[in-house]
Amino acid sequence: MAEKQLMKGNEALSEGAVRAGCRFFAGYPITPQNEVPEYMSWRLPQVGGAFIQSESEVAAINVIFGAAATGVRSMTSSSSPGISLKQEGISYCAGADLPFLIANVMRGGPGLGNIAGAQGDYFQSTRGGGHGDYRLYVMAPNSVQEMFDFPKKCYETAYQYRVPAMILADGTIGQMMEGVEINWPEIDPKTIAKPSWSLGINNGRERRMVGSYDLRDGMLEKMVLERVKRYKQIEEKEVLWEEKMTEDAEIVLVAYGISSRVALAACRIAREKGIKAGLLRPITLWPFPKKRIAELAPRVKNFLAVEMSLGQMVEDVRLAVNGATNVNLFAKPGGSPIFAEEVYQAIETIVKKGAKEYATVK
Amino acid sequence: MYQGIRISGFGGQGVISAGVLLAYTGILENKNVSFFPSYGAEMRGGTANCSVVIASDEVDTPIVSSPDTVIVLNEPSLAKFEPLVKPGGTLIVNTSLIKTEPSRKDIKVIKVPCNEIADKLGNAKVMNMVALGVFAKATGAVSIDSIAKALPKVYKKLKPEVIELNVKALQEGSKLA
Amino acid sequence: MQLLNEKPKSLLDVQMHYCPGCGHGIVHRLVAEAMDELNIREKTIGVAPVGCSVFADHYFNCDMIQGAHGRGPAIATGIKRSIPESIVFSYQGDGDLASIGMGEIIHAAARGEKLTVIFVNNAIYGMTGGQMAPTTLIGQKATTCVDGRNPEINGFPIRVCEMLATLDGVVYAERTSVHNVAGVVKSKNAIKKAFQNQIENKGFSIVEILSMCPTNWGTRLDNPSEATKYVSESMVKIFPPGIYKDVSAK
Repeated sequence: MAEKQLMKGNEALSEGAVRAGCRFFAGYPITPQNEVPEYMSWRLPQVGGAFIQSESEVAAINVIFGAAATGVRSMTSSSSPGISLKQEGISYCAGADLPFLIANVMRGGPGLGNIAGAQGDYFQSTRGGGHGDYRLYVMAPNSVQEMFDFPKKCYETAYQYRVPAMILADGTIGQMMEGVEINWPEIDPKTIAKPSWSLGINNGRERRMVGSYDLRDGMLEKMVLERVKRYKQIEEKEVLWEEKMTEDAEIVLVAYGISSRVALAACRIAREKGIKAGLLRPITLWPFPKKRIAELAPRVKNFLAVEMSLGQMVEDVRLAVNGATNVNLFAKPGGSPIFAEEVYQAIETIVKKGAKEYATVK
Repeated sequence: MYQGIRISGFGGQGVISAGVLLAYTGILENKNVSFFPSYGAEMRGGTANCSVVIASDEVDTPIVSSPDTVIVLNEPSLAKFEPLVKPGGTLIVNTSLIKTEPSRKDIKVIKVPCNEIADKLGNAKVMNMVALGVFAKATGAVSIDSIAKALPKVYKKLKPEVIELNVKALQEGSKLA
Repeated sequence: MQLLNEKPKSLLDVQMHYCPGCGHGIVHRLVAEAMDELNIREKTIGVAPVGCSVFADHYFNCDMIQGAHGRGPAIATGIKRSIPESIVFSYQGDGDLASIGMGEIIHAAARGEKLTVIFVNNAIYGMTGGQMAPTTLIGQKATTCVDGRNPEINGFPIRVCEMLATLDGVVYAERTSVHNVAGVVKSKNAIKKAFQNQIENKGFSIVEILSMCPTNWGTRLDNPSEATKYVSESMVKIFPPGIYKDVSAK
């Protein structure tokens, strides 16, 4: 085993993307993701890739639209307000079935908000985000190691199903440093065949078109429904989650990203005090591990969603539970950090005092 | 074992570099570590601070809200971080720049004139290493030797003589813990 | 019998949707002829805009991409930087390029992207039904300025070539027109030069082409000369044809 490297989340994300074959980056500065374009600006030229600091997030996503259409593994990153600006372009890419990687290092919102880590963009990420019917494959890393590892899985899934993939991180994970094990072989994109749909020098082949529109009667419906078939496959095959201490749990915490680590620490405090608490951490936010939550629901007295927002993911938990048991919420908006002790207090209130439909927005 | 640390001081006092060094030292000792800086607007003027966790178990949050140890290098940092120290924890105070007396009685306070010691060693910049030397000795969270080993790995451009000076500062600090 | 002229290979044999008297069909043909003559069809990738020429991706016989309104130069940048040996053109109208996409065109030009931009200026929004464009003339009527463009309320038309010519990243900026034979010939030469510059890896080139929109100008559809007259008598006064920048020889 190689010695761990001490890496910052944003740098691990960038290096992970490059090692996963990323050869094109376009982006615009915004805190707390600035290390990503900074890193890419010197790293990509080393591997023959292209880096563009564009004039806006709107331009960045459209530069990526063009790059992705040529089949190159491409990436853009931003933080919440910038991701809002990119939504039109993301919708076009989704409508044109273009795979690429987009990273959102979330900060407190709405509006300009602040620059602290937050989780207020869950709805935006998991419901498509821009106009029209579409989905993104969304992964939520909870460590610097996963910032490094997830770009690879995102590219694989994005190219297999022709969907944009998103890494939904937050300012805390982006800015923190942790040990990272570099434990998978670097991918040389030259060894991967260009996709059959990619634009380029055609050398006499049939011309190709990339676009997101069809104005003929009923044709757009057909196009969208074709895409939905792939969405269904993703929902069946690509759901990822992690469980800790759920086997005998009377209360299951559901949390993603940095919140999941705090939630796990709260579960440990609860176990020390005799409360059987467990954690279910969605690793993919879309597709959401709804089947697994539905399975657990009949034998779990309480779910507790833990989020750094007003409570967004909790709605997916409720949909999955579908009334079978109680779904509670511990939520903190505005980019304020969550601590294990306060989450434990929520667990205690629910389990010991039998609070029903407990909801704390701290 | 779990050691949560906050380091705070003026920008330029080596707060961030000391934090990164400490985290890397933890890796060399096969511990789980995290480092989290204050970033963005906070970087300019006033104080810079960072959180470091060194632990045998997984680290839950990198933001240390009730630190086992706080290292304060300037006056404003004392006011901000003294109240956060865990009861029974340690507060390391740079008396070269902090004239206010710490008020807590339920914590261990170690006073060290970091700047003076660094000046005597011939380079004011190593004052953060003096503080880390105090920290290592007082808490036992990491060894001085490990910090010394981490130095050239984290700061690859440092000349050997500068590394030597940093190590000397660590040792001087450890004598004062 | 001798074949004097044929449809360019770079243009597909499909019926276009453009209105009678519209200039887009002419410009499409000129672009296609230039691609044929320079023998670049198989390595050309075109970017279709949003606006009347949105269906350009169905007309040009080369790889095509259709993108978001105004973002053509950004999309083209992504393609060209991914495949530097390709020839990339962005085909845009005045609303697309000079209104919603002003940021993208200026910055692509400022970066000196090695692109060819075909900018068709007919001083009106056609696809959406005749609203005021950034290039609508003072006094010109549109559905969002029914008494004619009033500078007090609507400001002034934007001269794109003049503006872009100030940027160091621009190698070539010329304005032509397609309202008469001389203009068509000049347009063809300008388009060819704009492609040639890219073949020679020289930098950003733009050709602004003044064009007719009888449908939305309200000129007679059965008498196209009313529209061509509007170009020759009104448009060229505000948008004088000419070469605004050419440093391609340097």
